[in-house]
Amino acid sequence: MKFAKVMLVPMLVLCFAAVAEEIATLRNNTAIDEDVNPEYIPKATNDDIKQARNYPMQPPLIPHSVRGYEVNLNVNKCMSCHARSRTNDSQAPMVSVTHYMDRDGNFLAEISARRYFCNQCHVPQLSTEPKVANDFVDMHTIMSDKAAKPKGQ
Amino acid sequence: MKAYFLRVWQTISRPSVHYSLGFLTLGGFIAGIIFWGGFNTALEVSNTEQFCISCHEMRDNPYDELKTTIHFSNRSGVRATCPDCHVPHEWTDKIARKMQASKEVWGKVFGTISTREKFLEKRRELAEHEWARLKANDSLECRNCHDFSYMDFTTQSVRAAKQHSTSLASGEKTCIDCHKGIAHHLPDMEGVSGW
Repeated sequence: MKFAKVMLVPMLVLCFAAVAEEIATLRNNTAIDEDVNPEYIPKATNDDIKQARNYPMQPPLIPHSVRGYEVNLNVNKCMSCHARSRTNDSQAPMVSVTHYMDRDGNFLAEISARRYFCNQCHVPQLSTEPKVANDFVDMHTIMSDKAAKPKGQ
Repeated sequence: MKAYFLRVWQTISRPSVHYSLGFLTLGGFIAGIIFWGGFNTALEVSNTEQFCISCHEMRDNPYDELKTTIHFSNRSGVRATCPDCHVPHEWTDKIARKMQASKEVWGKVFGTISTREKFLEKRRELAEHEWARLKANDSLECRNCHDFSYMDFTTQSVRAAKQHSTSLASGEKTCIDCHKGIAHHLPDMEGVSGW
């Protein structure tokens, strides 16, 4: 019995260590009292060139920097260019008509409250390599692959 | 009362009895230097960021908001302090602005914006004053540092270069027309043109 108790303590410690290792991804298992040099922060893409959507329903990506853009109770900086009434001056694409609809499909004069926070769906991009590989394949690629295959296979 | 003023006038209109002409002219000259130097020193002290943020109203609201913007921290380490944008650099304009600022002393004494809530309540009005001032003087305080003649459009983003080379170049627009809220948070922009 005593032996079991003695063994239990180091085993528990080991278990916690294993769990801790799994969780500590952001700090990459750096000890709590240590500092590491942070990685280089990439620049935001700012070329104003539209990127193709990977699937029809994808919210378009933001091809410019949005540093300091305020979207809050007082003001929506994005809408100062992308609102219907502003696109003549700004030459920016107007937000989709769905953004002016409430959930019952009624059209509103201003952007709908449920579409107000642009960054929930639309994000700027950084000039860097993705951290995690992505093997998403779009519909056209699947269809053309299928068409290229000989029949009966 | 009338007799008193009459006596003063009689004293200053007569030649001096006890003091020499040299003492009076030199003394007046030195006193002038001291007075003018003191005035200018006090003026310059009131024209520093340290002075502005010695009041909690400015330290906790506009100054705190400035800290996250590019006019406070940036790649080259050149930063704007409060008076760089809010006080004209030319002497006559500066004195005019300083006289206007006596209203701010009133505000301080009576606590017009002494809490965050009061400040937020008044933000639109305060912002409108600044927009109107910058619009009227063609964004003079911006242009003290950002000189249009030295802008390199090739290093600007395509959108920025286009707008600067057309609307700004023709004088149709001035800096503040587009660059509102670059150093402090914006108020409720309901009804502001372009928003």
